[in-house]
Formats: sequence, structure tokens, C-alpha cells
Amino acid sequence: MTHFNRRQFGLLLASGAATLALPTYLRAQAKPKVVVIGGGAGGATAARYIAKDSKGDIDVTLIDASDMFTTCFFSNLYLGGYRDFASITHGYDRLESNYGIRKITDYATAVDRATKTVTLADGSTVPYDRLVVSPGIDLIYDSVEGYSEEAAQIAPHAWKAGPQTQLLKAKLDAVKDGEQIVMVTPPNPFRCPPGPYERASMMAHLLKSRGHANSKIVIIDPKEKFSKQGLFQEGWEKYYPGMIEWYGPDVHGGIKSVDAAAGSVETDFDTFKGVLLNVIPRQKAGVIAAQAGLTNETGFCPIEASTMRSENDDNIFVIGDACIAGAMPKSGFSANSQAKVAAMTIRSELTDSKAFPAKYSNTCWSLIETDDGVKVGAQYAPKDGKIASTSTFISQTGEDAAVRKSTFEESEGWYKGITADMFG
Amino acid sequence: MLRYFRQILSRTKWFATTFAAGLLLCSAQSLAADASRGEALFKACSQCHEVGAQAKNKVGPHLDGVFGRKAGSIEGFKYSSAMKRAGDGGLVWSVDAIDAYIHKPRTFIKGNRMSYRGMEDDQDRADLVAWLEQISLTKPSANANVPSTNAVVGFATAVLEIEGDPDYGAYLSGECVTCHQITGKADGIPSIVGLPRDYFVRSLFEYKTNIRQNEVMKTRVINLADEEIAALAAYFSSLTPQ
Repeated sequence: MTHFNRRQFGLLLASGAATLALPTYLRAQAKPKVVVIGGGAGGATAARYIAKDSKGDIDVTLIDASDMFTTCFFSNLYLGGYRDFASITHGYDRLESNYGIRKITDYATAVDRATKTVTLADGSTVPYDRLVVSPGIDLIYDSVEGYSEEAAQIAPHAWKAGPQTQLLKAKLDAVKDGEQIVMVTPPNPFRCPPGPYERASMMAHLLKSRGHANSKIVIIDPKEKFSKQGLFQEGWEKYYPGMIEWYGPDVHGGIKSVDAAAGSVETDFDTFKGVLLNVIPRQKAGVIAAQAGLTNETGFCPIEASTMRSENDDNIFVIGDACIAGAMPKSGFSANSQAKVAAMTIRSELTDSKAFPAKYSNTCWSLIETDDGVKVGAQYAPKDGKIASTSTFISQTGEDAAVRKSTFEESEGWYKGITADMFG
Repeated sequence: MLRYFRQILSRTKWFATTFAAGLLLCSAQSLAADASRGEALFKACSQCHEVGAQAKNKVGPHLDGVFGRKAGSIEGFKYSSAMKRAGDGGLVWSVDAIDAYIHKPRTFIKGNRMSYRGMEDDQDRADLVAWLEQISLTKPSANANVPSTNAVVGFATAVLEIEGDPDYGAYLSGECVTCHQITGKADGIPSIVGLPRDYFVRSLFEYKTNIRQNEVMKTRVINLADEEIAALAAYFSSLTPQ
């Protein structure tokens, strides 16, 4: 037996002297172990909730290669000049000091499901009773011909927040009036459905605020429609006339290849050139998920809708962008919501705490221009084995300025809320 | 001119300054104040604050005797630690301090839990403060810290009959605290930590019945069963802001 549940542990305690007589290593083993891979909106939340709600009855280890986390959400506001980089970057210190979580700063390179251990890049292993896999996305660079990890140093994707975001910002800052930016957006499903279009808005805002109103952002999209399309296009016409052009496949005929060095995107019908290319390729679950055998043919991980448990392994839960969450979009908010269902389920299995029916929610706010925020959101619940939406809403076109301003203020409040919920 | 005399009557301590400056000063304190307008403006505050004879604590503390009082000092009220720190650091509610606070609550005391965006207009604040100065001279209720009840109507009354399960509330709260901080800080999204149970239930029903309009809240609340609202109310009312 590698762990005791709370009731069994209580029995042990009841035998008082016997407990004290146990050698240290055995007493240490009495605590069930949860390991969390990935310290983002899913992983940090799951680690914090399990540690907080089990009140020390579960050993929680959080593995992330970085000692600081930069949120993808609000990184577009950094590009637009509304936020500095420090304000979207967070440490794990409070998770360690206030919740007793052990933070390991290293790559998780392998999961051995038979021995229930995670192997780190330094070769050491970490045992688990339950594993939470929350690695986010990885980019399939060659899904866009000509694009690669090396090319991303010239034509940044900036779809994982961090150095790529700073690189895109530096290149954006160097764009002169009259110069063109070309964005290649990804096919579904991808992280943050409104993200590319909020990004175009923020880039246009920055250029316009610098008097570069003759610059242009061309979006080459493999999709026929996109999230909050009506709201974005209304805003683009209102604030950035002539500055943002969106081309769906009926206009460009299909994306053939990109040439980062030449700054060009070739499509079936035309070649688009820009001083700056922002190429966001097709995505899949973070590589550790595939290594652990948790993905299916889509590249993402199937899960049980009522618990977030992997369909491939009873001891593993997959949350956030890496999982297939039915109607839920891939967003930080979704990951945070899924983390709480996984945390509750894991606690109930390891410590006999109560389990309640799963509920999920999401809201995505986007900023179009200063004080003009819009939002889309929904509530979800398991239905027929899938996560289905139970109610939805979206901002309306033509809303008055006061509504949009309060929507933006709400998004700022949410940012403070969710980052406090993730990092304590 | 009438406004000016009203101000002199109600705020004699500002008389000399105002007179000497020939009525040309433009800070909030020097504006001619109209206390009767202030009374109307207080309607925005009255959802959470009581003032006048027999006032009690509600969502916010009662305001009787507030001028000259140390911040965060009413016995038995669940203040944020930020507000208590401000008081311990020497903040006393003067005309200037109250004016500055209601101008920008979130920046004047960072991390406090008053869910109010702020009153922009200098004249509005001058009028409100002038009225508060008069009305707050009365004595509060002897049981001020037994919170005032909030009228609950319709289907919401049935929810108050239900004894909420705080464990279930704690789980369900996961959905709330992504935005409403568990510490009770109001950073652009209202604080819901420590809200009286009846106020909490009434507020959620106001989303169900479209009296409150926020779409995010309406989408969440529409799916909440009575037991769930009762559980959430039990949980959040049991918490103390940090």
C-alpha cells in the first residue's frame, strides 16, 4: 500500500503509539501524492486547490520548467502598450510558502504509467498516486510550410507567452508608418479563439497611437469565420478604418507557405508581404501528453466529462488546453474551471472528501480599443459523456460606450481574480 | 448664492477659507454644497450603508458618527485588512478623507472591499459629504452590529428557508472566485466575501429576474438551483475578508 485515505489514516492515528512507532519513511508515505505537470491556469489552480482544500493531507508537487509564469491572457494588452511585461508575469513563491506545495523547476520528460512516476530532465523521478497533466499547447510548426522553430525567431508566433511575446513586441515597436504586418492565424481547435483578432486590434491600436495610421495588418485565416467576428469587425471599422484586413479562405484560396526571411505568405491566389510576420500554426497538446500516451488522433487528450479524468488512465487527469473539453474553448478561464473539478475528484478519491456534480464555466474578454471591451461566455455541464454548454452570452454590436468601458474594467478585475486564484 | 449660504450653515469650519478665497477655489471642499442634493445622491450608497437615527451595519458599516472616527474601527464589522491597516496607520475620516475615498475608493485604500467605482464629479461629492455631515450626527442603533435585514421577495424567500451546505458552497464557490477574490479585495469586480446571507440571496435573484443586468452573472445564476444559492450564501457569509 503506497498511501492511506483519510479514514485509514485516522485508524492509524487512533492506534496512537503504533503511529509514533512507525519509522519516518513510513509515516511520510501515509500521505497520498499528487503531481501536477504544468504551472499555468490549469496546473497552478489544481495544485493550489488540492493543497488548500486537503489542508496538508495530500503532498502536492508542481512541475514547471520555468520559475516565473507569463500569462497568455492579457499578453495582447502588453503588445498594445496597456500593460508592462512584469504585470503579466507571476512567481510560484506563495504556492510554496502559503500552501506547502513543492515546486520543481525542470522539464517533465516522461511519464511511466506502470510505475506511476514522472521523469525529469535531470534524470530524477517523482512518484505519484494521482497525476494532473496540464501542459498547455505545443505548436505544430510544419503545419505551415516553410515555418519552423528557427523561423519563429524571425516571424514570432507569440502563442506561448514569454520570450516570443517580447520578440513580437520588439518587432511591432519597430514597424514604421506605411509598413505592413501579416498575420497567419491557426485552424480550429486552438488556444484562445478570440486571441488572434484581439491581437490585431492591439497592434492597430499601438500603430495608430504612434501616428502610423497608414500601416496595415493583413490577417490570412484558414477559417471561414472566427470568434466574436461581428464585434471585432465593427470595432475595426470604427477605430482603425483601412488598417485591418481579414481574408478568409474564399479570398486567399488556401495558405500554401510562408517565408520568414523574405516576410512573405504565399496563398493560392496571392502573395502577401510584410515587414513583420506573425505566424500562429496549428496546435496540439503539450508534448508530454503524447509521450504519456494520453492523446488521440486529434493530438489532444480525451477526458471523462464529469471528472476531467483521462480516458486512457484512471490515475491521470488532463486539464486546460491539452484536453478535449467538448464545447469549452481552450482558454485560461476554462483551464482554471476544469482544474477545480479535477481537484475535487482527486481529493475525494484520496481523502474521502465529498464529491459534487461537475460544473464548468468560461468567459473570454477581449479589448478592441481603449475602454472598449467585449466578452463571450458560457456555463457548461457534462451531458451524454461530453461537456456541453447550458447557457451562453455574447456582447452585442452597437453597445454604448459605458457598457464597453465597464466590460473592460470587469476584465481587469477578472485578471486580478484569476491570477490570485492560480498563485494564491 | 443660496447654495453658498447652505454651505456656511452646514460647514462653518470651511467658512473662513472659502470667504477669503473669494469663492474662487475649485477643490471639492470649497465648492458650494447642497446637502439636499447630497441626500438624493446617497441613494447610490444606501444599498450598503445606513446612516441616521438607529442605523445598523449592513453590507457596509453604518455611517453614524463617521466624521472624526478612526477608519475600520466599528466593533463587530467585517472590515478588509486593508481598511483596518489604514485606520491603524492613522487614517481618521475627515471631510477631506471621505471626499478622497469616495472619489476613487480603489486607489485611496488599495485592497479594500467597498464595491464602488467612485464619484467623479466634485460638486456631487461636496453635496454628498455636506449631507453626511448633518445626518451622521445621530446615534446608531444599540445593536448596530446585528446586520440590518435586506428585503427579500418572491422566490428568493424560499431559498432563505433552506439551510445551505457550506461544503457544497465551498465547492461551488470555485466558480465565483475566478473573478471575485476570496480575499475580499474589490479590484474592479465586487467583493462578495462576508456578505450577509439575505443580501447575497437577494442579489442572485436580481440576476435571475433581470433587475441586475451583468451577462456573466446572469449566465452563471440561471443554472443555480435554490439549494446551490443557499449553499453559496451560507459559505460566503461565513467568510471574513483578509
